[in-house]
Amino acid sequence: MDERWAGALALLPGYAAQHMLLSMAALALGIAISLPLAIVASRRPRLRFFALATASLAQTIPGLALLALFYPLLLALSALTMRTFGFAVPALGFLPSLLALTIYSMLPILRNAVTGLDGVDRDYIDAADGVGMTPGQRLTRIELPLAAPVIMAGIRTAAVWTIGIATLSTAVGQTSLGNYIFSGLQTENWVYVLTGCIAVVALAMFVDQVLGLIEAGVALRDRRRIVAGIVALLVATAAAAAPLVTGRGADYVFGAKNFSEQYILASLMASRIEAEGQRAGLKEGLGSAVIFRALAGNEIDAYVDYSGTLWTNVMERRDVPPRAAMLEELTRFMREKYGVTVLGSLGFENAYGLAMRTNRAAALGVRTISELAPHAPQLALGSDLEFLSRPEWTALRNAYRLAFREERSFNPTFMYRALQDGLVDVISAFTSDGRLAGDRLVVLDDNRHAIPSYDAVILLAPKRANDEVLRRALTPLIGAISVETMRQANYMLDRDTDKASLADAVRFLAANLKQMPQAGKN
Amino acid sequence: MTAGGHKPPMAPPLIELDGVSKSFDGAQNFALRDVSLAVEAKSFIALVGASGSGKTTAMKLINRLIEPDRGEVRLDGVAVKTLDAPLLRRRIGYVFQGVGLFPHMTIGENIGITPQLLGWPRAEIDARVAELLDLVELPQSFATRLPHALSGGQRQRAGVARAIAARPHVVLMDEPFGALDPITRDTLGTAYRAIHDRLGVTTIMVTHDVQEAVLLADRIVVMGAGRILADGAPGELLAGDSVPEVAALMAMPRRQAERINALTAATAHG
Repeated sequence: MDERWAGALALLPGYAAQHMLLSMAALALGIAISLPLAIVASRRPRLRFFALATASLAQTIPGLALLALFYPLLLALSALTMRTFGFAVPALGFLPSLLALTIYSMLPILRNAVTGLDGVDRDYIDAADGVGMTPGQRLTRIELPLAAPVIMAGIRTAAVWTIGIATLSTAVGQTSLGNYIFSGLQTENWVYVLTGCIAVVALAMFVDQVLGLIEAGVALRDRRRIVAGIVALLVATAAAAAPLVTGRGADYVFGAKNFSEQYILASLMASRIEAEGQRAGLKEGLGSAVIFRALAGNEIDAYVDYSGTLWTNVMERRDVPPRAAMLEELTRFMREKYGVTVLGSLGFENAYGLAMRTNRAAALGVRTISELAPHAPQLALGSDLEFLSRPEWTALRNAYRLAFREERSFNPTFMYRALQDGLVDVISAFTSDGRLAGDRLVVLDDNRHAIPSYDAVILLAPKRANDEVLRRALTPLIGAISVETMRQANYMLDRDTDKASLADAVRFLAANLKQMPQAGKN
Repeated sequence: MTAGGHKPPMAPPLIELDGVSKSFDGAQNFALRDVSLAVEAKSFIALVGASGSGKTTAMKLINRLIEPDRGEVRLDGVAVKTLDAPLLRRRIGYVFQGVGLFPHMTIGENIGITPQLLGWPRAEIDARVAELLDLVELPQSFATRLPHALSGGQRQRAGVARAIAARPHVVLMDEPFGALDPITRDTLGTAYRAIHDRLGVTTIMVTHDVQEAVLLADRIVVMGAGRILADGAPGELLAGDSVPEVAALMAMPRRQAERINALTAATAHG
């Protein structure tokens, strides 16, 4: 137990730093845009209506969706800047997070600033004019100070929202305290989830209190409080940034999708590059489509994907060739179309399959999907969030004429729970998933070969095609991981009790690599 | 000059309203209709009349808080519309209805605001604030207090001090003592009249209180429906006027005075 807390806390400085920097940058940008806009809008009713309506509308878009929307936008912008100026705007990570959070922070600041400026008593405006102030002097000396308490309240609201929503930026590859929550949810590591939540709440409360100090200083015209508050914010941001400055600039960045196996493999690759004396960074919790584009765009250097996934999603092929032919075709396609190197297969498959509880399958006398099909109308299917919209499901359904009584989607962690609880009878399982062994599940045989094979392959970014250091670090992993070893490593994280840390799982995997004949190297 | 038969003064007028009109609703109703008025230097003029008579509008034309639709306003012979409005206003003191002290500034900062806008050195502003606190009979310690810590009468004293801080030649007063209790109003009115005489300023005061106008002003301009109904020394107007509204208005303070006299006489003889 202590070790898990220690493991979680070890990540805190890095996560909190990124989180603080991102939120404060977004808040600063939000203030810089909203305040002038509010000042102009408070004098022009039509602009005010338009600005407030737009900001309200942006606020109704779910935070995650807003982040996701910025990704294709920045991708297009990136292509444009690449063509016209010769450099690409990063579509992943800090920039989309910053833009989305800035838009999110704008409404409370804008609304409160407009309300605050409108609320300044007409008598004071007249008096300001009467004593000979110019419109600018009236604004800075009378209107803004009198509206300051209302404006500050808006900024405090925006700060708390921004810090909370910044957790979602993990999904577009920006490290934040959300990394705890996303990876904790995936690996059922409640220590992580709890650490993430507590850290976010603590950070939000701290910033809110400091802004409250500034607000009180403004209201009481106490310069010391204002200065103390601003200094506290700057010091906290600088302290947050310190570990980034000292440990800056990873030489190699490894990507990971949002499940345990991906976290383990990305960390394993990172540890191997560190053994070469290089600095490694991770971008975790990325979606399937996002991660490939990030690699093709050189934003990450390497990650592990699955041949069948690339075959159907990237190559958009529907045929199912034999395993070796598929790998060969994939390697050629990736090099020619994207300049991406398929370094090789790790040696195990993580295929989509249908799984049932062993005793339930035995009771129904089902071993293959063909044998399952007649029972399907009485059974409920549970799937992960993307399975039902993937071509593999269409292929399976068509090949076996599957028609389940009910189809439900779950977060992978909860999908296994639903199967155990009898909420569903069949699930879309990954064949390397540790819970298959742990939960006594059986994978039904795809006897008609409806879905392709899913060899785990290491992909290298175009700019790393000829990188000797990276190749030297990763080549020993090719063919070195058996499906049993991978399952065991996954199960170390995915079980409910006696859960191991990520570092333990990585160590276990590293210690159990198959020794491959290294003949012909170089 | 319109009705009232006021004799032109010897000196050229300091302030002139020349045929000014103003409508706030696109020429449907007029707050001012072709009003002309000349104010000689160092005089104390009261603009009286009912609400909506145009008295406040007329006064606000002088420092360009309101711009006329037609006609011209001149200060020292110069058309005010050719002057920069903020600079013009710094030369003219203004005492606001309901005080208008800025709540987030100390009394000292409020009094010193116009000198500060004019770029006076810090030490000079401080000295001027101290001098003015004495002049309006407020303790020096008030300089560092916020307006809400003062009584209504004290706040209006500070308001007067703010108006004259930059040594203006002209002071405009918009119902300055209207919100005060009768005793404070009387004390402050008398105190201001003394300041007016001592500094030699020109004062234009808008008030709906005829008695106050009679007691403080050298000259009373009675307004109604955007026009000047009567214009004369208090004594002349009290003696009676051909315009019935003016006569009725001016009869009020006289009637009150007579009643008080009768009461005091009855008490003395009783």
